[in-house]
Amino acid sequence: MPVVTTSWYVALSVALFTIGALGVLLRRNAVVIFMSVELMLNAANLAFVAFARHFNNLDGQIFVFFVITVAAAEVAVGLALIVAIFRTKNSINVDEINTMKG
Amino acid sequence: MGNPILFIILATIALASALGMLLNRNAVHSALFLILNMVTLAVLYLVLNAPFIAMVQITVYAGAIMVLFLFVIMLLGAERTSGPIRPGWQMYLTLLLTAVLLATFGAVLLGADGEGTAVAPTLDASPTAIGLTLFESYVFPFEVTSILLLAAMVGVVVLRMRRKG
Repeated sequence: MPVVTTSWYVALSVALFTIGALGVLLRRNAVVIFMSVELMLNAANLAFVAFARHFNNLDGQIFVFFVITVAAAEVAVGLALIVAIFRTKNSINVDEINTMKG
Repeated sequence: MGNPILFIILATIALASALGMLLNRNAVHSALFLILNMVTLAVLYLVLNAPFIAMVQITVYAGAIMVLFLFVIMLLGAERTSGPIRPGWQMYLTLLLTAVLLATFGAVLLGADGEGTAVAPTLDASPTAIGLTLFESYVFPFEVTSILLLAAMVGVVVLRMRRKG
């Protein structure tokens, strides 16, 4: 049986990050774009934890803790912005949010 | 670092749920797929000797953050989405750039000298050990985070406050 190495986890992290980036670029619904950003943060967290395990060091896990905190703050502000935009434009399609376009 | 069969099963679920989130037309289904993805990652964290992070992942991410997402989706009644954009120059450019990103990552991964066989987990990753590290080496970032959370809270309240008159 093959041995699971750190590279396997990093490869999974890369795949998840790429799917998240695809979601940000391909979807037009602001909420789904936010969810894709969360997926990218999760991919980064997986790499952090894998390397923390690889180097037998707790610092990586502490960073994941901070990333989760920042993600929570980001989601709270971002979703409040989305609700505010929806109230004025009645849409959360990012293609239609072009008021400031020159 | 864990059983290969367990890793392959978990990685398959994680990738499938991520793709489900990306391709689903219903935003509520996308959110539910993302919750599945986060729970799968929590199990992977348990395998990686990070029990505290795994529990935080489930309570904060799969619990609090995703409930907020579902709440906003249902509040706006915006669960019907248009799905991914139609084929066009934008989509081809996106796919090209993503391929470049993947190639870069792949080159780094393959170029690593990396025999990734980690040492045995001698490290104590219990909540006690995490707390000691957090409050010994990372006190300043911890305090900065508290200011960040306060700023986010004040920002959201100000954003939603109705102006009188």
